Amino acid sequence: MVMQGLYDIMALGNKSMPESVFPEDGTPPPEQGRQGKKRGPKGKPKGRMVIPEARATIAALLGTIPLRRDQLIEYLHIIQDEYGHLSAAHLAGLADLMKLPMAEVWEVASFYDHFDLVSEGMEAPPARTIRICTSLSCMMQGGEALLQKMQSMRSEGKIDADVRFVPAPCLGACDVAPAAADGHHLVGYANTDNLMRVITTGTPHDIPDYIGFTAYRAAAGYALIEALNAATDDAHAEMVSGLMSTLSDAALRGLGGAGFPTGRKWSIVAGYDGPRLMAVNGDEGEPGTFKDRYYLSSDPHRMLEGVLLASHMVGITKCYLYIRDEYPEIIALLTKELALLEASGLLGSLEIELRRGAGAYICGEESAMIESIEGKRGLPRHRPPYVAERGLFDRPTLVNNVETLFWVRDILERGADWYNDQGREGHPGFRTYSVSGRVAQPGLVTTGAGATVAELIEACGGMADGHEFKGYLPGGASGGILPAHLADVPLDFGGKLAELGCFVGSHAIVVLSDKDNMWKAATNLLQFFAHESCGQCTPCRSGTEKAVSLMTSDAPDTALLGELADIMADASICGLGQAASNPLISAMTHFPGDIPDAASET
Amino acid sequence: MAQAPETKNVTFTLDGKQVTAPHGTTIWHVARDADIDIPHLCYKDADGYRADGNCRACMVEIDGERVLAASCQRVATDGMIVHSATERATKARAMVMELLVADQPRRTDSHDPSSQLWHYAEEQQVDHSRFPGKKAPHPDSSHPAIAVNMDACIQCNLCVRACREVQVNDVIGLAGRGADAHIIFDFGDDMGASTCVGCGECVQACPTGALMPKTVLDDSQKLAITPDKQVASVCPYCGVGCQLNFHVKGEKIVAVTGREGPANKSRLCVKGRYGFDYIDNPQRLTVPLIRRDDVPKSASLPFDPATPLTHFREASWDEALTRAASGFSDIKQAHGASALAGFGSAKGTNEEAYLVQKLVRQGFGTNNVDHCTRLCHASSVAALLENIGSGAVTASFSQCLHSDAIIVIGANPTVNHPVAATFIKNAAQGGADLFVFDPRGQALDRYATDSLNFTPGADVALLNAILHVIISEDLYDKEYVATHTEGFDALKSQTKATSPEAMAPICGIEPDKIRKVARTFAAAKAGMIFWGMGVSQHTHGTDNARCLISLALLTGNVGKQGAGLHPLRGQNNVQGASDAGLIPMFFPDYKSVSDDDVRTKYENLWEASLDAEKGLTVVEITDAAYDGTIKGIYVMGENPAMSDPDQNHARAALARLDHLVVQDIFPTETAAFADVILPASAFPEKDGTVTNTDRRVQRGRLAVPPPGDARQDWWIITEIAKRLGLAWTYKHPRDIFAEMRIVMPSLTGITWDRLEAEDAVTYPCADELSDGADILFGDVFPTPSGRGRMTPADVLPPDEVPDETFPLVMSTGRLLEHWHTGSMTRRASVLDELEPVAEVHISRPDMTEKGIRAGQMVKVETRRGEIELAARMDPNLPAGMIFVPFCFTEAPANMLTNPALDPFGKIPELKFSAARLTPTPVIDAAE
Repeated sequence: MVMQGLYDIMALGNKSMPESVFPEDGTPPPEQGRQGKKRGPKGKPKGRMVIPEARATIAALLGTIPLRRDQLIEYLHIIQDEYGHLSAAHLAGLADLMKLPMAEVWEVASFYDHFDLVSEGMEAPPARTIRICTSLSCMMQGGEALLQKMQSMRSEGKIDADVRFVPAPCLGACDVAPAAADGHHLVGYANTDNLMRVITTGTPHDIPDYIGFTAYRAAAGYALIEALNAATDDAHAEMVSGLMSTLSDAALRGLGGAGFPTGRKWSIVAGYDGPRLMAVNGDEGEPGTFKDRYYLSSDPHRMLEGVLLASHMVGITKCYLYIRDEYPEIIALLTKELALLEASGLLGSLEIELRRGAGAYICGEESAMIESIEGKRGLPRHRPPYVAERGLFDRPTLVNNVETLFWVRDILERGADWYNDQGREGHPGFRTYSVSGRVAQPGLVTTGAGATVAELIEACGGMADGHEFKGYLPGGASGGILPAHLADVPLDFGGKLAELGCFVGSHAIVVLSDKDNMWKAATNLLQFFAHESCGQCTPCRSGTEKAVSLMTSDAPDTALLGELADIMADASICGLGQAASNPLISAMTHFPGDIPDAASET
Repeated sequence: MAQAPETKNVTFTLDGKQVTAPHGTTIWHVARDADIDIPHLCYKDADGYRADGNCRACMVEIDGERVLAASCQRVATDGMIVHSATERATKARAMVMELLVADQPRRTDSHDPSSQLWHYAEEQQVDHSRFPGKKAPHPDSSHPAIAVNMDACIQCNLCVRACREVQVNDVIGLAGRGADAHIIFDFGDDMGASTCVGCGECVQACPTGALMPKTVLDDSQKLAITPDKQVASVCPYCGVGCQLNFHVKGEKIVAVTGREGPANKSRLCVKGRYGFDYIDNPQRLTVPLIRRDDVPKSASLPFDPATPLTHFREASWDEALTRAASGFSDIKQAHGASALAGFGSAKGTNEEAYLVQKLVRQGFGTNNVDHCTRLCHASSVAALLENIGSGAVTASFSQCLHSDAIIVIGANPTVNHPVAATFIKNAAQGGADLFVFDPRGQALDRYATDSLNFTPGADVALLNAILHVIISEDLYDKEYVATHTEGFDALKSQTKATSPEAMAPICGIEPDKIRKVARTFAAAKAGMIFWGMGVSQHTHGTDNARCLISLALLTGNVGKQGAGLHPLRGQNNVQGASDAGLIPMFFPDYKSVSDDDVRTKYENLWEASLDAEKGLTVVEITDAAYDGTIKGIYVMGENPAMSDPDQNHARAALARLDHLVVQDIFPTETAAFADVILPASAFPEKDGTVTNTDRRVQRGRLAVPPPGDARQDWWIITEIAKRLGLAWTYKHPRDIFAEMRIVMPSLTGITWDRLEAEDAVTYPCADELSDGADILFGDVFPTPSGRGRMTPADVLPPDEVPDETFPLVMSTGRLLEHWHTGSMTRRASVLDELEPVAEVHISRPDMTEKGIRAGQMVKVETRRGEIELAARMDPNLPAGMIFVPFCFTEAPANMLTNPALDPFGKIPELKFSAARLTPTPVIDAAE
């Protein structure tokens, strides 16, 4: 025992961290010599060094240590929110704190549109970002033109250089097209005037009026949950079995777009060994769709009660709510309401965690969303295995869309028949159609399933003034395009629509008129897919890019496009790539006259 | 954590035929086995590579499925009906190729027209694309060894998997989205400016030529050199024993690739893959040299290896060999056999090691024969022999893939055993708890459950605290201790006082952390312990190893899957050279020289009377040379002028010798003091066997001939022996190996022919049909009692503790790129370009406190000497500690090191010297 105190110099780690030792600290060395040439001393290890001050800044900003791998995207949000961008120094500090490879942090951050990565020596982006939607419904209402106008005003010095204008894919506000967002706060019916006003006065970050926890409870909300919570084990089992059969009898289907029978999905997940997890898909991003935004911003607890019912009926231990970053007011109200819900004790042992998307349409695909919740790039997974068996963190996972869950309470309280009786002949249940484009009053139409576009146009006050009905998107960007003469097709999963090679998906109906060129519309949709392709598989990554390239040429090679469409549909990993060519095929099938070269020939 | 093998089979239909395959097999694998070549780009059919199914070049049609499926990734299930060649599938596959080819340079302009991409494009008659191409990214030639031409990239992410999942070096990523998806190094940096460690796994995996070795490309980045042949051999560097292929064009090695060896699974590190051109260095010795009469030997006289003729003259082989041999016989005659000594090499083959010890024992008549194991793991071997009766590892390093807990102590394997480190990282990523004990931070920390950066030299304190917790908390494996060990009571009483609370002030680790590690390791179903020079190169090195052995025995972690003791061996053949008897106290297979029966056996075999006394060890030989009692030394492939501690002393000792013969491939720092220099062959120029850290005997093969009049080492040793009057008749290394098998039971079951066929066999090996034993001592130990002993160790301070004059702790070691004394790696162009300058590594706080700027020249002093070199800021170092790599001849670390020896292993304390650091005044450039 002679060593104690022998060399106190070895008391490690008790010195405060110094200033940077050399100015280039943290930056990779400049151009290196060619093989064979001797170089001077390196003075540091390989690659970028972590700057202790930057690391400390991030540690202080994030607060919680140890950091969780699955929270990476949340951390990136916190840094982006604080600094308006993600600097290499901060990301290196974050990578070090999380014990992650730098490349892993960079690839995740660079996957999502809402992060601005700034390398050493690069200029940081302007403090303020105004996004202007250029997806189809907004494009039709002048979104692209508005963007160009604002950008040129900025370059002429008429707008503060600290504001930038960037294009954005669908903001989920097609009813108020063209839509823009200041930061992430929505500006409907955007024009130069109201955008200039927003720049000077800011956007009010108002939370809309909605049915809060107290009001929801007062209207017998969560009564079923209370009963389930109070039940003995046996009684609980009996109740669950009854509720399960009601749900299975109901014609409720996945309203995110896939239409999978909800009761069956719940039974399947319940059949796998626990712990079972749940993810609510609130990444509403299919162009033309804005129904989930409405349900969440008007009656959020009805969806949350659906989650709680799932926790009892499927045996869920933890649920993640994945809400797109474009809906900040919803994130705010959910944060508030979840706290109330948790304080009420109704949750029992269920944990609910709120997650923010970061600007990636593909994360609406359930397995991509799961990857994103795990803090990764949103790359869809291969099936099998299906997420019901191996989803979040490799556990059995129940994934439901917001609207699907919205109906669960009512179905279980009022019975399957009540729900099934709502639809049209052969099309049971409710549907919420998001109708936009050339109609007089764009908006949501909640009606029985199986409505036709003719009915929906009528429900929206007919066609907009001066527009003649020419065709429509029966299911957002990916559902294809149909001509006006097919206006009587029931818009539901499968059936006639499927026979036409189209699908209803999230029930986003975009109405087009004689003022619209269908080839241009299809090109806009393909551009959207090219922008939103995750880039994982060749047919989609390269296929969407090549399709846009061919479609925008003076004389599109339709034969080659046809071959390309086939392989994209046949060989892509996920629904995005498989459906991306639908509008292209539709345009070639139903609107050949709108194809540039073809038009000149006729 | 391996699963029990699934034995169930599935039966399904593939192209109309019923096939049966084990459950879990992919369609692609079944097709391959049925000789159906389904194109594949993003899938690499090799160990450690997960199928990713992203390129879609391997699509097949499955009845009843809406879309096609990726055969590389889709697991076959019962009753599935699969068609690999329908029009729909073949059309889709061809279209995928056409899409990929669209963004490539045309084949005639491509970087590698023979790439997998172009091979499969040709198979599908795709030679051009109808699709418009997109803008090609710029080439990146910033890395000395690897050409990055991303215009050929197909975003298949094989390089990402190679870097992040196989070798786990964590540099490459796939950033961006959609058509903008692109490969990045770190944050999108140039490869040469990134944290890339140059292992080249990505190059080996790349199917397109986007990543290629620069050596085979011309200035326009096109493939210019196609090798004539590939020669299967073993890497000449560290003890991991990676199997590789030398790609040979004419008489030159032009590239190296990893081979599916049992140790490396086709992985290599930067040294093995890119450090091969040292053999073509102009400083190679090509003719025998004899010292000029007009040049005295002096420790201070400068010697430039580029111009050896300032000190030497060329000679014929006959003259040089006669001069070499007669020098030894003259000394023997005048001063007796004990005035002679020989150093063999852990870098040579087993056969050469055997011949050197035989030459010294039979020809010189002394046991003064040793090699650099003395400077690496002598203390580990001493402790292992003492306590478990065997000096080698008890289990191969890849057993860690089956461990629940892994301790790495005093080792920096990502630098020194990079490929072994990849398996440790794989294990940690697979869920094993990894604990890294080291005063310095290191790359493994990222994967570690906990890193214990303890006070330098306080190893025994830390380990005793862990032993204390396991015993006092009753966590030890009572049944194992009772049935397989001895010495428990002594260990218990010795560690009674070494509680974490008592040891924390000494080792600098909080008691809670010590307890956590102890509890986790004790609770593990299987635990493995790795250690390196950080444990062994101390005056208490043997004690360190004793503690580790006790820890393994106490927790029952020897002799079963995923468990064991593994001292990571530092040189390609340090295990084999020791086994072959290149140590002063043992004949081959660790048979004591003082054992009469053993000695009689050798006397009969070699027909000579042999020395019955243990010989001197490396440092002792140097001391004896300094004192004048040793007058002649034969050095085969060693470089004591660089590797011995207290270099001024060591070099003075060499200068005092009457006769020094150096056999090497370069005029080394040691050769500067030679009377005769014999030009030898480099590893790729010879046939022979080497034994890796796992006890795997592996076959090295001649790929290119030695340059000029350089000769095979076995031939040179034999010729010296003949001139000493020995009747040696070896015609080929296989003859030597055959003789070794007569005396070495460890080689039972391992014949030359078997090695020729199998390339590697682990010893011990029961017979020629059995596999070697990967894991040893499941039941009994080769000790007199059959039990493993737990020998307690005292907490002692290092020999030279820092004080006011020398306030810093200096440690020494290797760099990733520079192996050992740098004689090979500093002459390998890529490695030298990657680490060209001698630098002392300094902590950030010390840099700041002393006002030292990165790259500035500083002076490092100890009581033995001083060197000047550049300063490197090293965030892995704690304040108060510096690190000096010992590979730089212009600033030799061993000028400074402490020659104090461990009393058992006789290993010097190379890891701990008291030092001081002063910035060198900056001279104004305008002057």
